Amino acid sequence: MNAIRLYGRYASISLRGQMAYRASFLMQTIGQFLLTGIEFLGIWALLNRFGQIKGWTLPEVAFFYGLISITWSLADAVTRGFDVFAGTVKSGEFDRLLLRPRSTILQLFGHELTLRRMGRLIQGLFVFGFAVAAADIEWSVPRVSLVVLAVAGGVCLFVGLLILEATSAFWTTEGLEVWNAFTYGGVTMSQYPLDIYRPWFRRFFLVVVPLGCISYLPGVAVLGRPDPLGTPVPLQWAAPLAGPIFLLACLQVWRFGVRRYQSTGS
Amino acid sequence: MTRLHLGAYRAVLSARFRMLLQYRAAALAGLWTQIFFGLVLIMIYEAFYRSTTARPPMAFRELVSYVWLGQALLAMLSWNADAEIRAMVRSGAVAYELCRPIDLYALWYVRAIASRTAPTILRALPMCVFAAVILPLVGLGEWRLAAPPTAAAAVAFGATIVCALLLGCALTTLSNITLLWTISGEGAVILLTTCATFFSGLIIPLPLFPDWVQPILRALPFAGLVDLPFRVFTGHLPAAAAASILSRQIFWTIVLVLFGRWLLSRGMRRIVVQGG
Repeated sequence: MNAIRLYGRYASISLRGQMAYRASFLMQTIGQFLLTGIEFLGIWALLNRFGQIKGWTLPEVAFFYGLISITWSLADAVTRGFDVFAGTVKSGEFDRLLLRPRSTILQLFGHELTLRRMGRLIQGLFVFGFAVAAADIEWSVPRVSLVVLAVAGGVCLFVGLLILEATSAFWTTEGLEVWNAFTYGGVTMSQYPLDIYRPWFRRFFLVVVPLGCISYLPGVAVLGRPDPLGTPVPLQWAAPLAGPIFLLACLQVWRFGVRRYQSTGS
Repeated sequence: MTRLHLGAYRAVLSARFRMLLQYRAAALAGLWTQIFFGLVLIMIYEAFYRSTTARPPMAFRELVSYVWLGQALLAMLSWNADAEIRAMVRSGAVAYELCRPIDLYALWYVRAIASRTAPTILRALPMCVFAAVILPLVGLGEWRLAAPPTAAAAVAFGATIVCALLLGCALTTLSNITLLWTISGEGAVILLTTCATFFSGLIIPLPLFPDWVQPILRALPFAGLVDLPFRVFTGHLPAAAAASILSRQIFWTIVLVLFGRWLLSRGMRRIVVQGG
């Protein structure tokens, strides 16, 4: 069985398991939809009061908001195995993964294809739909592909971040919440266009953890406005590549971590 | 109430306190995440304030303190049902709770107070040190948590935040009781916590909502959870407003406690213990 078919098998088992609790799944979805919904209502209230933020209007902010929500909920759906990895190490369960004749990364992806962010995904699609309807974008095939590439690059980036979080569990299983600043915090940060932040903060999210490259830069290109930060247009189009590059770097760190892994023995 | 009873509640309180104080590394990690969130929020508000010529309904200085207070007290500002009670209802272990020779409402209320205050005490102090002392030292003085303008404001904040806790725990207990109706209760808890989160000022400070929403916000019980005490702290509301805020908070606490007790007695009559 090749890797893709095996992953398909893992995913379908996981989905069937979750759908066994239909009512609970529905409640969770509605809850998340509402909770992220009020977050966007807050943004609406602020733009209602102030009119704009550094020249960006509500539909434009909604574009960035929708883009990052879709990206994050897709990334979160496939990375549940990395999210709970600290527990896997603590219990010694990771030893079993190492014994199987498949890559550890594949097995962790296969841990669960979770539907718990479905509500957020739906809400993100709604907000993105509103942006598309209201933001006067000149759609073209290249622009649509750029949106898809931005989401794909973003998923790679978040997966990379979660792999880093999981890798740090080899050293310590305490306090892994620090990574939440980059994942959850990064999502909140990316809900607004990057140019509203202070320069040192922007630089960090363009170069170190390149979240700006998978949301802000392609977003500016799709919206068809000149970038207040002055980045050239070709760079905006190439920027989503930062996602897979970041992921490759994170995979190297993971391999290093696995090589020096010592079981807890429990 | 006899002495024995009070002792039982005190034991519940201190046991949960000691349990929650175990997670120090997690608290440190949480502190870093909340600092990050605080900085992002402040930068967003800063951008809004810089791109408007109209006078906003709140000074930037007050808004910044409001944001830091929210981060410092975040562990207290949740009104969701207790995860353990949820698990108890699912597993049927809630039956044991019913057998205890103490008042169930009071037991769950005290539980809520313990689980909201212990993590808050652990997190609030380092957060305040960062926001009030370290930020000015690194040259970000305009982003700092400013002390209350007067001693009276500080006292008023102290009183109103305690009442906010009592009000919040009445809401949490109501959520816990609603869970006795399992699936439909779960839906009610979602609605309740969503409303509380939005209308309390946790998402954005209430004065920033559109003017036409303000009368609705005043009529709801949720402003007493976050917004009113925070505005007293920042000086946006005068310390003299404390009397009316306190009476509002106490009024809504009594309403929620009475409603919760009534609901609990109904829930007891129709309870079906889940599981085997």
